[in-house]
Amino acid sequence: MFKNSFRLTDQQVETMIGNLLRISVIIAALVVLLGGVIYLIHFMGTHPDYRVFTGEPRDLRTVSGILRDSLTIHSRGIIQLGLLVLIATPVARVILALFAFALQRDRIYVVVCLIVLTVLIYSLSGGRL
Amino acid sequence: MNVLEFSVLIWLASLLAGFLGALTGLGGGVVIVPLLALGFGVDIRYAIGASLISVIATSSSAAAAYVKEGFSNIRIGMFLEIATTTGAVVGASIASRMPTTTIAIIFGVVLLISAYLSSVTRREREGQNQPDPLATHLRMNGSYPTPNGQEQYQVHAVPAGFSLMFIAGALSGLLGIGSGALKVIAMDQVMRIPFKVSTTTSNFMIGVTAAASAGVYLNRGYVDPGLAMPVMLGVLIGSLMGTRLLVTAKTRILRIIFALVIFVMALEMIYNGIAGRL
Repeated sequence: MFKNSFRLTDQQVETMIGNLLRISVIIAALVVLLGGVIYLIHFMGTHPDYRVFTGEPRDLRTVSGILRDSLTIHSRGIIQLGLLVLIATPVARVILALFAFALQRDRIYVVVCLIVLTVLIYSLSGGRL
Repeated sequence: MNVLEFSVLIWLASLLAGFLGALTGLGGGVVIVPLLALGFGVDIRYAIGASLISVIATSSSAAAAYVKEGFSNIRIGMFLEIATTTGAVVGASIASRMPTTTIAIIFGVVLLISAYLSSVTRREREGQNQPDPLATHLRMNGSYPTPNGQEQYQVHAVPAGFSLMFIAGALSGLLGIGSGALKVIAMDQVMRIPFKVSTTTSNFMIGVTAAASAGVYLNRGYVDPGLAMPVMLGVLIGSLMGTRLLVTAKTRILRIIFALVIFVMALEMIYNGIAGRL
């Protein structure tokens, strides 16, 4: 069997992906922390109530709404942006794996990655069953 | 309790949960929902949303460490993720229609089962059966490092494992947990993948599965930033500390204690669910 040295091995791909994951989790945590500090300063004296479920306002539910809120330094929007980065991390992982399989010319697994990616995007875009 | 006190308390509790979860290998996610729902009176849907976020955080941050060891099998993981992500979306959709008391009861039962499973010793499944032709076709068979060099392994029963993964995904979406225990059983016991490969591949899958559920929860407005913030930061730091300590600590007693805590929480969830208080 021929081994092409330019092709990435599964192990190299995994290491690359692992590092990417760690960096994006750190970024997500820092954004959440920043938003959290502003949030605590702003709402320090108020009393939270999570007993009754009301649901989040529209702007904290969608990708575009969260981006709009964080640009206006809205503390809850910034936290939500960090959470969005965190949720996007595994999605990025699948995308990277997709490219790696494409480079390896592994058609079956390119399709597998595309299916997983479709489900993830469907879920993030508010897909309802 | 004002916002500051509330956030600090939740942060500390989540830190402890993440720490114990990593140290015992049971995951911090399973205790976050009962902790928030029973301990802080948080609505179970907000609790599940925050828990999912913490599950993604721990899975993704642990991945880098696991990857170096060279155990995880990205093909097996990616293929089974078709089942876990669709299961997660289905589970998360069911969660939004199910009464919270029913979710609490199911949560308690699943918690009981995982506490039981973590206390029984794993059966070693030996015997040279033919690998699943499907696994060969999908190039899932691989090798992993052992003290005696690389060891080959073959993958069995792909359809059965795939179905179990769908259930694991659905439970993850319904309850906001990682379903790591069920994923490992599906791979280790059913597909007969070596234990080390199963656990690390399971970790790889947990993040992607939880992301699929989290998307649905975010869109339904179940992810509250004020609540998810201390939970995420707490569990993340706690589990990082736990992983660091893992190498040296004797975890047997801790495992038993943690399993007991889970057991008590499970009964509380079921009781409060039946009493209609959650």
